[in-house]
Amino acid sequence: MSKPLEIPTMDMENKEVLRRIEITGDMLLNMGPQHPSTHGVINFLVQTDGEVMKRAIPEVGYLHRSLEKIGERCTYNGYMPYTDRVDYIAAMFANQGWAMAVERLLGLQVPKRAEYCRVIACELNRISSHLISVGTMAMDVGAVTPFPYALREREFINDLLEELCGARLTYNYLRIGGVAFDLPSGYEDKVSTFLDHFEKILDEFNRLITYNEIFIKRLAHLAPIPAPMAIDYCLVGPNLRASGVNFDVRKALPYSVYPEFDFDVPLGKGEVGTPGDSWDRFWCRVEEMRQSCRILRQALAQMPKDPAIMGKVPRKIKVPEGTEAYSRIESARGDMQYYVVAGSGENAHRVKIRTGSFTAMGIIDALSRGLMIADLVALIASLDVVAPEIDR
Amino acid sequence: MTFEEIQQRLAAKFGERIGALAPANKDPFLVVAAGDLVEICRFAKEDAELAFDCLMNLSSVDWPKKNQIEVVYHLWSYSKRHAFVLKVLLDRAQPQVASIESVWKSADWLEREQFDLMGVQFEGHPDLRRIMMPDDWVGNPLRKDYAEQPQWHNITTTRDNSLEGYVRLDELKKKAAEAAAAAAPKKEVLQ
Repeated sequence: MSKPLEIPTMDMENKEVLRRIEITGDMLLNMGPQHPSTHGVINFLVQTDGEVMKRAIPEVGYLHRSLEKIGERCTYNGYMPYTDRVDYIAAMFANQGWAMAVERLLGLQVPKRAEYCRVIACELNRISSHLISVGTMAMDVGAVTPFPYALREREFINDLLEELCGARLTYNYLRIGGVAFDLPSGYEDKVSTFLDHFEKILDEFNRLITYNEIFIKRLAHLAPIPAPMAIDYCLVGPNLRASGVNFDVRKALPYSVYPEFDFDVPLGKGEVGTPGDSWDRFWCRVEEMRQSCRILRQALAQMPKDPAIMGKVPRKIKVPEGTEAYSRIESARGDMQYYVVAGSGENAHRVKIRTGSFTAMGIIDALSRGLMIADLVALIASLDVVAPEIDR
Repeated sequence: MTFEEIQQRLAAKFGERIGALAPANKDPFLVVAAGDLVEICRFAKEDAELAFDCLMNLSSVDWPKKNQIEVVYHLWSYSKRHAFVLKVLLDRAQPQVASIESVWKSADWLEREQFDLMGVQFEGHPDLRRIMMPDDWVGNPLRKDYAEQPQWHNITTTRDNSLEGYVRLDELKKKAAEAAAAAAPKKEVLQ
């Protein structure tokens, strides 16, 4: 006879997080880890009094894949496909952050055409990421219709990116010192055809959901984050800009070829409610898609003719041990930062990835006090957290 | 302000306790004593000229050769648009430093992450518990000498190599080609 299967058990009584809550007549709810509105595997320990929450404590780590440890073990080039997995919805940015960090280590120059390819790929990816974000946010608060609209547009971008690099989700398109492939022939026309179509869709999307009266009533004044609080908790990207802080890495600390483009940074003004509320965060993302379209049009028009797409990268990347590099890029989820310390061999000694979702999760405990349970769903969706990016 | 100006500003306030910027690096940093950290951080935040309103990153680096753990603080000022890097060097056997959660709220989760993965003790942190790994996990994965436990709650942490026993297709083809070449009659060499 075979041995009976041993069922793993967790010592629930001694779970550390439970010691943080004083339960006196309140209800303790586990929201997650398999909950449709948490956008991945996150658990919220919710202490409620009826429908009103006293506290929601986020418990993360279910998707921890030790990407930082892996970074210490593979070569600089070999780590590139792993960075895709940091944020699978906006993988191009994680690629770029890593490429820029290593290029800073080496002091490499990237050819102009490669930089343009990067900008085109990244901005397309930004639109597709924001489409997922606004679509799922509308769905989470109960409006299911906009979600297929958003996904339909995202399919066009997936097709475009697939034509560019062969992958639809984890691109592995950037290389240290350049990009893997040049734009395919006729690509410019395809992208501008898409943009012509998409800009009209954005207006339609605004009519459909952004300025929809029910939607505004649902989200206006909901969980506003004042600017000093957003800065203190280190919120980044659209979440920070919705609170009115004018900071976009592309503008403030220009990298790549972004200084050559003319675009605006949409800021939350509290148009329908309090500045920094959930609706502002939604609106910021919609407007950012429009700005990405502007950048894409300019990038396509100004594309340099020089065909070089790879810089002079040494065959073996070796940097003196202990050299440090820091890179900051504006990802779809905000300021993404890589901190790299070089090791003695052909790999890094330490890789630290600071992502927007991680710090955004830290603020939920403070914001959740006094909210309704249904509003927690809207709050999580409005912060646009992606579970693998929190846990890495 | 540049890195040098920020260092001078700190030196003007704290005197000898502020050392020189580390040279020959692309991003210079300043090493401070663990005991001074909170005071320096609070000054950096509250001083009108420095105005570091945001702690944008907190990480730590393990150096077994030097028997040190470095805790690295990346500061950023939204109002002045400048950055600065502080480092604290700790003993590897007992890494302990005061928490700066009271200065910047973002340090809460960032410190918990380093506590979990690197095993740095942040004194005075209000809620110091593991964040990525389960509560009863043994060891700190980002340490260089970390050895994984064979199992956790009867779940094994290792996996059989699924490629074991498989032969590469190109090697098979190569062998077949060699066998065919050996079996075939040798061509006569033309004079």
